Amino acid sequence: MTVAVATAIRSPRGRNPLPGFGLSLGLGLSWLSLVVLLPLLALSVRAVGLGVDGWWRALGDPRVRAALELSFGTAFIAASCASIVGALVAWVLVRYRFPGRRLLDALVDLPFALPTAVAGIALTAIYSANGWIGRWLEPYGLKVAYTSTGIVLALIFIGLPFAVRTVQPMLETLGREQEEAAASLGASRFTALRRVIFPELLPGLLTGFSLAFARGLGEYGSVIFIAGNLPYKTEIAPLLITIRLEEYDYNAAIALAALLLAGSFLSLLAINAIPLLFAHERRRGGRDDR
Amino acid sequence: MIDDPLREPAWVRWTLIALAVGAMVLLVLLPLLMVLSAAFGEGFRAWWAALEEPDARSALSLTLFTVAIVLPINAVFGTLMAWALARFRFRGKRLLLSLIDLPFAVSPVVAGLCLVLLFGSQGWFAQWLAAHDIKILFARPGIVLATLFITFPFVVRELIPLMEQQGADEELAARSLGASAWTMFSRVTLPNIKWGLLYGVLLCSARAMGEFGAVSVVSGHIRGLTNTLPLHIEILYNEFDTTAAFAAASLLSGLALVTLVVKFWIESRHGDVIAASHRRTS
Repeated sequence: MTVAVATAIRSPRGRNPLPGFGLSLGLGLSWLSLVVLLPLLALSVRAVGLGVDGWWRALGDPRVRAALELSFGTAFIAASCASIVGALVAWVLVRYRFPGRRLLDALVDLPFALPTAVAGIALTAIYSANGWIGRWLEPYGLKVAYTSTGIVLALIFIGLPFAVRTVQPMLETLGREQEEAAASLGASRFTALRRVIFPELLPGLLTGFSLAFARGLGEYGSVIFIAGNLPYKTEIAPLLITIRLEEYDYNAAIALAALLLAGSFLSLLAINAIPLLFAHERRRGGRDDR
Repeated sequence: MIDDPLREPAWVRWTLIALAVGAMVLLVLLPLLMVLSAAFGEGFRAWWAALEEPDARSALSLTLFTVAIVLPINAVFGTLMAWALARFRFRGKRLLLSLIDLPFAVSPVVAGLCLVLLFGSQGWFAQWLAAHDIKILFARPGIVLATLFITFPFVVRELIPLMEQQGADEELAARSLGASAWTMFSRVTLPNIKWGLLYGVLLCSARAMGEFGAVSVVSGHIRGLTNTLPLHIEILYNEFDTTAAFAAASLLSGLALVTLVVKFWIESRHGDVIAASHRRTS
């Protein structure tokens, strides 16, 4: 009986005996359209409505260009740093046993749970000139708070959980046979890491990077406190959106938002494409000849 | 033992552990300690006084009000969508999954701006709203809508891998024994997914309470009326009332910590029923 029903559910069309498909999909889709898609559609339509002229004027503003450069640049650097630190933390959590390991594991999720504004004021207080760490950096002329370094730091904080949590499960399921084979063939630990483990983790690393980048690009709450918010210098694109909005300069706000949205779309696209890309390569045996 | 070719030498291991722990302490633990230290730096009384202030009270109640609306809605629609996506095959499923993920990647400020474009004075629905005397922006509905946008994926994303992993056998058995759709759902599906659901709701509530960017754009920052707790923190901080800002921040951090502790507890007690999904909450 179960077997017969189980084959029924796998059949490509119809005959699925479970109830509620139309209801759940219908209600879910309507809700998604109302809450998420309709607002995004409004932005897209207005962005297209700007026309070549509107876009030209919006992007001609050097302040807008500086904000975009800063946002994309800091998000990229921060995502790279978060990926490196994240890989290290994931490696240590999966491969080693030490006192406090579970606590460290729990700590990884803190940036998810901690409100961004709270993180922002805390990081600023730590790295300002009289803060816990800022105080020690000050004599060396190193400034973190109110500079772009501070922005990168806040974005690393935000991106870190993504970087750890995408690599960690891959490390957990990574079989040790290939490492054993590498070792038995005389490879050093470092060679095994570089040529066996790293290629296996690469999809996870790239996914984590894309997630951290997408989040960093749009991050607002944790950054505005530590950034200093000087136009042309430390003013991120999301902040400039709110400023233009308050000045009722809708077109500039829409142009900036549309570009950030495009950045998010591309990151999501990359995240979805990465597994397919690597599955393809694996099928062709592309990894063997490296 | 020493020559295990799959283990790094002890000094390498401990250096890596020290580096990882050091990085996490510096990047993640220190901000939390900073919040607590600054909040209680002037004693418990100053902390309490900052939270007793009417503005802080109204900000807290607005935050809780928002969460109280957003959580049940997300739980219901999240479960519905997860049911459709985990139990059925249909055309465009991959696309739908990506669309659900969109709020993860979209900037909160962009989300807020989208709502302004719909409900603002120049927005699509401006005339209709004005005619019916409904206020959405700079009022509670806007804050709720912004929070709904931001927290949309949390419950669905938590439930889909869990339901896929569990399979439909038990539900099919219930149906074949003549259970009605509702009986099947309430007696089989819901008990199976309850821990995963709770977990998703927890993540969702942490995000809902702390949401800043999207709410900031649509709220209008009217003190005592449309200020949520995170916005209240910003105002206090910009007025250099650091102790009060950190006192409010400590409240939100406390809620975040409770979230993490409950999550930790669910994982260690019911790890089997959320294990598959727990790393994929991003």
